[in-house]
Amino acid sequence: MSDYVQMWKDLGMDLETHDNLCQVLPTAFGDVYLSQENRPEGMNFWDFVVSEIHGIRPSELLEAQKKGQKVFGTFCVYVPDEVVIAANGIVTGLCGGSQFWVPGGEKVLPKSTCPLIKASVGARLDRTCPFFRIADMYVGETTCDGKKKAWEILGEDVPMYIMDLPQMKREKDIQKWAEEIAAFARKVEEFTGNAITPETLGAAIHTINEKRKALARMYEARKSKVLPISGKDALLVMQIAFFDDPVRCAQMTNKLCDELEQRIQDGVSVFPAGTKRILLTGTPLAIPNWKLHHIIETSGAAVVCEEMCTGTRYFENLVDESQTTLEGQFMALAQRYMKTNCACFTPNTGRIDDILRMAKEYQVDGVIDVNLKFCCLYDTEGYTVEKALKEAGIPVLGIETDYTDTDAEQLRTRVEAFVEMLG
Amino acid sequence: MNYYIGIDIGSTCAKTVVLDENKTLLLHLVQPTGWSSVDTALAIQRELREAGFDPEQLPCVATGYGRISVPFADKTVTEITCHGRGAALLHGGEELTVIDIGGQDTKIIRVEGGMVKDFVMNDKCSAGTGRFLEVMANTLALRPDALCDLARRGGGTSISSMCTVFAESEVISLIGRGEKKENIAYAVVDSIVKKVASQARRLEGSPGRVCLTGGLCSCAYVRDALSIELRTEVAACPEGRYAGALGAALSAFSIRGKNV
Repeated sequence: MSDYVQMWKDLGMDLETHDNLCQVLPTAFGDVYLSQENRPEGMNFWDFVVSEIHGIRPSELLEAQKKGQKVFGTFCVYVPDEVVIAANGIVTGLCGGSQFWVPGGEKVLPKSTCPLIKASVGARLDRTCPFFRIADMYVGETTCDGKKKAWEILGEDVPMYIMDLPQMKREKDIQKWAEEIAAFARKVEEFTGNAITPETLGAAIHTINEKRKALARMYEARKSKVLPISGKDALLVMQIAFFDDPVRCAQMTNKLCDELEQRIQDGVSVFPAGTKRILLTGTPLAIPNWKLHHIIETSGAAVVCEEMCTGTRYFENLVDESQTTLEGQFMALAQRYMKTNCACFTPNTGRIDDILRMAKEYQVDGVIDVNLKFCCLYDTEGYTVEKALKEAGIPVLGIETDYTDTDAEQLRTRVEAFVEMLG
Repeated sequence: MNYYIGIDIGSTCAKTVVLDENKTLLLHLVQPTGWSSVDTALAIQRELREAGFDPEQLPCVATGYGRISVPFADKTVTEITCHGRGAALLHGGEELTVIDIGGQDTKIIRVEGGMVKDFVMNDKCSAGTGRFLEVMANTLALRPDALCDLARRGGGTSISSMCTVFAESEVISLIGRGEKKENIAYAVVDSIVKKVASQARRLEGSPGRVCLTGGLCSCAYVRDALSIELRTEVAACPEGRYAGALGAALSAFSIRGKNV
């Protein structure tokens, strides 16, 4: 990534500290990813993106900014990309997934904050992530207490807009979310100087639906008994989807899916027959958090689905494309986004239904419920999740972990024992 | 006659057993794990050979946190599976809840028909483990088993901190205050028992017997205190510390091609 030094300098980054990250990432990626056998050729694109993760996409974003486009940084799958794209803006995900950024966040946040928030705040304050430097505006939401207060700290440093996500799913809550989307649209129009019309919003809805369909197609391939792609590789595709251009993301994912579907036809699996199939459910796995996937897939099991924000919650359910007025489109967006089942809602029985359905669809042998340390919402909901699974006769293992590697061997023992238990 | 070897390299002690094909315990060894699991494994190999059981020639399974450091083992199985199977062999019964208090972790294992059905394990922290007891025993200048015996005579004191380091400071201030040694010993065991019991309640509602395995199963007072806390009789037997090794030996039964 050495060619980008000038760009990073211009972005006001802390080069010395950032160099440490640039040095460890290739080794980590090599150990976790390149050590896998028989990977789909289509993964070359994502390997390339990772190898230039702080260079290639940031330079594209900078080029776009020169042409007058605005970049919006987001942290949650409830923030509708469509609205930004309709105003010729660009969305980039900002969630931090590395321990590298955590100490920076701990300078200002309580220790008992989840690592995702700590890493995100640390990446901003320590000036060690180009995406955080490039984004013209951050868009937060009210999905948890930790985030709500973190926005106030981030907002000291960068323009911050916050969407107020309802906490229940009654009709009036969906209505309220439609109003929030409309208000966000006005803000985006004002910030970009571009009007959002039914035509531009309709086109944006179509673009994001196509991306969702492509990602869903990849997950469809993972339902097969012949597993054409590892969980780690699928996770990488999901993680990059939050950063990449949506049209290219759909294109490259569809290309990968052609290969995966061919592999299924030819009976080419990346795991030996009889490998235990695991559904992961819980909190998001932001890039480069590959820890649990790696442990599972080197312990005699395969991850076949993630019921997570970096998984099915990102692409399930399409937005109705038949609406022709902004009002109708905002409502269609609200209806789609409010179908996503996050633990910040109460009650959240939809998520239990999702997990039970996916356990069947993906033919899983067991479920691992993994929650980031100090995520009170998912941790508490773990009780309901595990109870429902046990009642359905599906083995489940609950895990709480963070971004450090200190518990890796303990986790490995637990995961191996779980796999042994599956028989 | 066929023979099967199980080796459990724990964080404190390494346990080894040899079973015959009737699952009769022919030999059991225990030694401190020391700083090198590999050296320990080689010492075990020598002892086994001297006793006439060559692990190179016989089916051998390693378990415990040092399981990957046994070069002559045919395979490794986690201590959770092994403790479950070993306890089922020792205590019998179709349904069993195993409480294993190990050196650095505590496991609650639900066993049905000799197979693990569910388990919980302590997180990173050492509260409620053998290490917690060891640290406190050192501070009191006692052997861990002596501390447990002494605890029976004490009472009326408690340690509130779950963190081993903070709990040690609490013990030191109790000593400084002139608290009787047996009362401090009581507080130490009470802290472990409460922590283990709260973990065990995560698997509550499980029918069948409850048994204790691991290094503390020979401490009668720990077992009694656990029985009271859990309001059910907790069974324990002297071979309980070999449960992991026994489970490993049982897992060796499926290894083919060595015994003839």
